Amino acid sequence: MGLLSDPQCRRALGRLLLRLNTPLCVLSYLSGLAWFLLLPLLAPRTYLSENAMGSTMVGEGSDLGPRALALARDFGEHRRREGGIPVSWLSHTMFQLGLEVHSQPFARTLPFPDEAHERYLVRGTNVFGVLRAPRAASTEALLLLVPCCEGGKNEQAVGLLLALAGYCRGQIYWAKDLIFLVTEHDLLGTQAWLEGYHGVNLTAMQSGPFPGRAGAIQAALALELSSDVLTSVDVAVEGLDGQLPNLDLLNLFQSFCHKNGLLCTLQGKLPPPEGPSGPGYAQSLRTLGLMVLGQAGGAPGGPHGLFLRFRIEALTLRGINSFRQHKFDLGALGRTLEGMFRKLNNLLERLHQSYFLYLLPSLARFVSIGSYAPALGLLLLVLALRALELWMRLSRSEEGEGEPPVGEARGGLLYLVPPILISGGAGAALYLLPVRGQAVATQHFPVGEAEAVVLALIGIYVAGMALPHSTHRALSGGGQRGWMTLKLLALLALALLLTCLALLNFSLGFLLGVTLVPPAAAVRPGGNRLPLALLLVLTTPGLSLFMAVLLERELLEAPAGLGEAWQRFLGALGQGLLQEHLHGAHLSPLLCLGAYPCWLLLWNVLFWK
Amino acid sequence: MAAPLVLVVLAAVTVRAALYRSSLAVFIAERVEVASPLNAWKRVVEGLALLDLGVSPYSGAIFHETPLIIYLFHFLIEYAELVFMFKKQKLLIELDKYAPDVAELIQTPMEMHYIPLKVALFYLLNPYTVMSCVAKSTCAINNSVIAFFILATIKGSAFLSAVFLALATYQSLYPLTLFAPALLYLLQRQFIPIKLKSKSFWLYTMQYTSLYLCSLVVIICLSFFLLNSWDFIPSVYGFILSVPDLTPNIGLFWYFFAEMFEHFSLFFVCVFQINVFFYTIPLAIKLKEHPMFFMFVQLAIISIFKSYPTVGDIALYMAFLPVWSHLYRFLRNIFILSCVLIFCSFLFPVLWHLWIYAGSANSNFYYAITLTFNIGQILLISDYFYAFLRREYYLTHGLHLTRQDGTEAMLVLK
Repeated sequence: MGLLSDPQCRRALGRLLLRLNTPLCVLSYLSGLAWFLLLPLLAPRTYLSENAMGSTMVGEGSDLGPRALALARDFGEHRRREGGIPVSWLSHTMFQLGLEVHSQPFARTLPFPDEAHERYLVRGTNVFGVLRAPRAASTEALLLLVPCCEGGKNEQAVGLLLALAGYCRGQIYWAKDLIFLVTEHDLLGTQAWLEGYHGVNLTAMQSGPFPGRAGAIQAALALELSSDVLTSVDVAVEGLDGQLPNLDLLNLFQSFCHKNGLLCTLQGKLPPPEGPSGPGYAQSLRTLGLMVLGQAGGAPGGPHGLFLRFRIEALTLRGINSFRQHKFDLGALGRTLEGMFRKLNNLLERLHQSYFLYLLPSLARFVSIGSYAPALGLLLLVLALRALELWMRLSRSEEGEGEPPVGEARGGLLYLVPPILISGGAGAALYLLPVRGQAVATQHFPVGEAEAVVLALIGIYVAGMALPHSTHRALSGGGQRGWMTLKLLALLALALLLTCLALLNFSLGFLLGVTLVPPAAAVRPGGNRLPLALLLVLTTPGLSLFMAVLLERELLEAPAGLGEAWQRFLGALGQGLLQEHLHGAHLSPLLCLGAYPCWLLLWNVLFWK
Repeated sequence: MAAPLVLVVLAAVTVRAALYRSSLAVFIAERVEVASPLNAWKRVVEGLALLDLGVSPYSGAIFHETPLIIYLFHFLIEYAELVFMFKKQKLLIELDKYAPDVAELIQTPMEMHYIPLKVALFYLLNPYTVMSCVAKSTCAINNSVIAFFILATIKGSAFLSAVFLALATYQSLYPLTLFAPALLYLLQRQFIPIKLKSKSFWLYTMQYTSLYLCSLVVIICLSFFLLNSWDFIPSVYGFILSVPDLTPNIGLFWYFFAEMFEHFSLFFVCVFQINVFFYTIPLAIKLKEHPMFFMFVQLAIISIFKSYPTVGDIALYMAFLPVWSHLYRFLRNIFILSCVLIFCSFLFPVLWHLWIYAGSANSNFYYAITLTFNIGQILLISDYFYAFLRREYYLTHGLHLTRQDGTEAMLVLK
């Protein structure tokens, strides 16, 4: 009648599964890894999918270079004088240019001081000017965002923004409103503005009533410049929680860069040479690896990252001034921006034709979800094979014993409850305690709040590892069936976590899969526990994060020593915790409440009595 | 038996109370898997507000509950949380004091003693029920009426059984199909053989049918007099049958009718609705000796194929699974099916998020998970059916089957 119901077929499959389980698992895992490593070779070229953005035929007429530089100098001076964003000068200038100006004050008390940006009580103002579309009803809008004090100074970008605003004011073809936004305190200001604009309250940001709106934002560009001339423009795509903008926006940027002769780069590197070659493959793999690591971390690659969750496609453009000979002035960048905005102006609907889920081995090539999903699928196959094998062994042992008496059968399940509760409880403690208990921590230890939080996190993590030893008295009993059932549950929980992550944030799912699947498949109590214990400790999520930091430094060709890596690791922990509170990121809850309890269950299985 | 039950009830009430007060309550109440247009609490509140303003609650296209529910909640609106918490708790445990007509060699009385506790456990601590309760979906009321009906049927009281069945049919149309298993059970209890020529059979059937129809008519007329209009009939039953609201849910209707041309929609609505009622006839023929199992399969079919299913309906038939725990050893795919059901339950909100919030997916992805979930349920029911038939075969032919030449035989379903 079918594979699942024909008894002969079932028995044959069952025997095959039990006999060849380990070789199949190893083969599957290695195939998954090999598939991922071969991805750069299979990547097709990018292409524009949206019809309305088909050709780059617009006539750019702007020459914003000198004007932008003059405005930039002015802005820089006023900013130095005021020590923050010069609200009145900006408002006045934007008003002079003919925009409708508003300013939004905001304030936020961070849950604990931010060491990386050195701030705790943040107070700032965003200033934005709206250019109303002359012939439309303000139903849609496009946005240009410039963080005012990024990297200490971003004055050329503000100058370019103002010059562009002045130029656009004189054109009659705008069908969507243009919003020119200058934010303070980079990501915090952007978050405050977005929350205010959309009228939601995702984080505990305090800001007054929102002054004025334009239409629904269709696309946004963020700009960061650090010098008067540039040699190339770098683009950042990763958003919060690994969300990516529609590929069409990237394709649009690339086509306009080619039109204007501007050099565009991804992660600061030029595209690899065409055609198959060793160095080309190595560079593609490196770019892919860095993108996967960046996406898995969930940190936005720029201010654009916060727009994606509101379904606004956005990119961050960074001007780079390197040692190349050929320099471009701000006018070239201005023409590129003008062209991009004109093309986005032509859009009839939001960008949806091209891919939302992809990986970039280089700027001109992409790997779609259909190509990279089998890598994680093969890793999940390992878990499925192991789970099926455990189930068959459990049901065979049950048949072998005959009908167990009622008390024992139920007692068998009861032995599972303590490990599951303890693992869940440890995960919950890891998630809730560090930030909420920082007052207690600072009382007892002579460290600042940020360090207290991070150290509390590490402390609870390591304490969780000691649990099986102290609770093995409660866990005794259950025997063979007990640990097999617990391992089955751990495998299913891990598979569930990885399946959900495969859809939401593939990179995080893949990295967790690569590290956690081998110990999950191999762990068993009894025998020589030391190598398995070592494997489990090496693949614990915390240590994987540390290895990821090391790997990232390695891929960026700035290898870090252990000490520096440790500092970066602590910083990453702090930033991860902060991001959850400041931007509503999901990395911290997923790791604390999902990956860590799974790992603890495996650890419990290893030390089963 | 009482102490573990009290413990279970306490645990269930604590979980629900904790969730009510947390921030998850709002999130759960908005989930489409938990609240359908037929039983969402928001709509009940809207209907009550319209009633208070003196307008007919059915005048918009929002409210699809029956008039008795409006009046029930009119008085209980402040205590809404308590109502939903205690609605279903006590009933299921009474379920199982019946003596099954199976030989004792496979099932011992000792195992049966724990079944009511297991049923209560399965229902009260089922995450589906907890979510349904926290969302204040009126599915809990439907479930409790059906539970009362099953209790009355088992205790043998034809009158109460007919009244509760009429209430259940009045609430949501589909329990009409439970008439056949209830009738078969009551006939069996009265030791009336099911022969078409037998006079006592027809007499009893007529009695039960008339009780049922009369109570149904009384309830409908009562509803008419409560609101002084027949508006509720198109709003409630017309809505259930014609499926105009195509909000995504865990059922099979919404995607089909969203994609279909207007020209064919009437035909397909009829086909889909007949699908729910159709299985009664073959099941009645095959399972006429086993009305309780028939009732269980019928409940499952209603939960899967009804026009606006929610997880509360699924929780109802899943609560009866411990009653058939003796079939466990004959089930073939229980592991894969339970994995499929659990994975799909977790993937529902993930794909909803990807579709509605992230914009990276579309309705096809969500419907894929819906389809997989329903296939999992259908396979689960057919697995239980197969296990039931196999056990019946073993009961009559012995546990170790041998062929004519003495070698071991295997039971295969062709």
